Amino acid sequence: MEFFVYLALFSPLLGSLIAALFAMKKKVLFTGIVTSCLLGLSTLSSFYLLYFIYTTNEVIQVELMQWINIGNINVSFSFVVDYISVVMMCVVTLVSTMVHIHSIGYMEDDKGFNRYFAYLSAFVFSMLILVMSDNFLGLFIGWEGVGLCSWLLIGFWYHKDSASWAANEAFIMNRVADLGMLIAIFLIFWNLGSLNYDIVFANISTLNTETITLIGIFLFIGAMGKSAQFPFHTWLADAMEGPTPVSALIHAATMVTAGVYLLVRCNEIYVLIPHIGYAIACLGAFVAIFAASMAIVNNDMKKIIAYSTLSQLGYMFVAAGLGAYWVALFHLVTHAFFKSVLFLGAGNVMHAMQNELDIRKMGGLYKQMKSTAIIMIIASVALAGIYPLAGFFSKDKILEAAFNADATFIWFVLWTGAFMTAFYSFRLIFKVFFGKVSYDTNALHPHETHNFVLASMLPLVILAVIAGWGEHSFETFVTMQLPSWAALNLAHSTALILILVTSFVALMGIFFAWFKYIKEDGFSSSWENNLMYKILTNQYYVPWFYEKVICKSYLYLSKIAYKQVDLKIIDAFVDGIAHFIYSSGKEARIVQKASLSSSLKVMIIGILVLFIFAAVIFFKKVM
Amino acid sequence: MTLNAYLILSALLFCIGLFGVIRRKNLLMLFFSTEIMLNACNIGFVAVSRHYGDLNGQMFSFFIVAIAASEVAIGLGLLILWFKKKNSIDLDSLTKMKG
Repeated sequence: MEFFVYLALFSPLLGSLIAALFAMKKKVLFTGIVTSCLLGLSTLSSFYLLYFIYTTNEVIQVELMQWINIGNINVSFSFVVDYISVVMMCVVTLVSTMVHIHSIGYMEDDKGFNRYFAYLSAFVFSMLILVMSDNFLGLFIGWEGVGLCSWLLIGFWYHKDSASWAANEAFIMNRVADLGMLIAIFLIFWNLGSLNYDIVFANISTLNTETITLIGIFLFIGAMGKSAQFPFHTWLADAMEGPTPVSALIHAATMVTAGVYLLVRCNEIYVLIPHIGYAIACLGAFVAIFAASMAIVNNDMKKIIAYSTLSQLGYMFVAAGLGAYWVALFHLVTHAFFKSVLFLGAGNVMHAMQNELDIRKMGGLYKQMKSTAIIMIIASVALAGIYPLAGFFSKDKILEAAFNADATFIWFVLWTGAFMTAFYSFRLIFKVFFGKVSYDTNALHPHETHNFVLASMLPLVILAVIAGWGEHSFETFVTMQLPSWAALNLAHSTALILILVTSFVALMGIFFAWFKYIKEDGFSSSWENNLMYKILTNQYYVPWFYEKVICKSYLYLSKIAYKQVDLKIIDAFVDGIAHFIYSSGKEARIVQKASLSSSLKVMIIGILVLFIFAAVIFFKKVM
Repeated sequence: MTLNAYLILSALLFCIGLFGVIRRKNLLMLFFSTEIMLNACNIGFVAVSRHYGDLNGQMFSFFIVAIAASEVAIGLGLLILWFKKKNSIDLDSLTKMKG
């Protein structure tokens, strides 16, 4: 078994290294194929491990080597493949394989083709480290690794200022949140003396509640950064500067769900502090509706999907916060499938429209891009949560969880969010694929993309349809490790009514989008002068606030620190020492009389003084 | 002769050497003086070593003899070069390093 664990983990690294050898060369198709094949290998081993664990119920634990072994610290590079991590491994490797294949088509004309695949495979490797590590330090390495690869890939077209700005924003924002994560790790080590999951979770209940609360809060701050939860959410929409398959893989399906994974992994900590869990759920619900409302008015195709990702991450945090960990993981899995498909479809549309992103300048693409349209419609239906697609099962469970916990307000927020989700997804579909043609038909001749690119989306869209049907086996599988959860407070009839109400509202959202954008040709332009519209298009003025208040005051503070502290204190001090030594050397030059005889005399006087000194000490001792 | 007599001899020789080092202006004489000082030490070492029956002191004096020889060899070489250049071996002619 160990062999398959290493195969799953290291084949993306090998692929990345091979592609990196050609990084500065012209495009070689071979790099794309090799990395895809190696990832395919990794996927197969992951699924084999899933099958193995499913049949034998054995958790695989391997230790690659000792890493830090000093004093009390004992950390090794060791990996665990258990019920949670094997699910994550399968999702990560499957989606990334498909994204790699899709990228061969998407990046075909790009100069940095080889470099791109080196980064993408390196990302998968880091993500696998993140999910497979059996201690917090290994998790942190993966955590930083995916952050680095995300930075590299957002800023892939670094010659564009906006891309490198977005990359830096994502990196710095994550760095701020990572401090929380580090503090949590320090606290855990400080209090428990170990970083290994098993030992930490076994002993966590011995700590007092305040310490556990602190650990929980700081861990969640780390999760907030990576999963782009408020107030760290601004980087995700700007991260859309990267190539579209990257958005599909990193900023929708895998990396941003790392925060949810962390919460699910640390469920044993959060079980002890339900009040923090409730706060997490509230924040999740807030983000769910906050991001959905921004998606409604945005006109950038990729940003709509990005806000939708944010909103769905909010749903996952609600589930995790309310203790329904397997539901959070379930929504993570289904969301990975339909959201990556949506992004990959958006990539196809962008290619057809020569990198146009504004949905107001599209329309009527259904005729030219039938397959992409159908795939994206299926994914949108799944996202909207219509029976019997995957999104229905997972989202419905989250709403049930909210209702079950007597958090009616959260439920209501999520319910409104479900309406918005359906509305903005189908607003996108209708604006892009239907309605009247709004692009310049003389300049642009949209056409469907390569067949293999469509084929790479096929497994994901099939999973977006069927993944929900395995709900019960999924539940039994992951609750072997996660706390089981069921809507116990709900009568069967109530649950049914909830399902009906939610489905109704989702259908209403779709219908409303259809009514507005097909029947009526959108909202009148007078809406754009509405205050609410202005607030939403400006993203609630959060980026503005960051720019004007936080960045500006920080810059001001830095300038003060530079001019007052650095120049006047530190520099002056260092210069003073140098100046003193220099001038004292200058003064002491007269000692050099260049007369050997006088030097000898001075030397002898020195020796005599030392001799007298020694004699005095000697006689003092003797006396 | 007692150990004290040897040590007094050694100290006297050392003082003569030291005096030479301070007073003489001739580089060659300076070398002679240092040789006297080194050999004064040798006498002290050998005498003490004989007194205590410990060969270490005698071994040490051999090293000193070797070092003194090499020092003189190098020193005289430099001295000859200096003499060729300046036509003088007066100590006070060495003023190149004046600060």
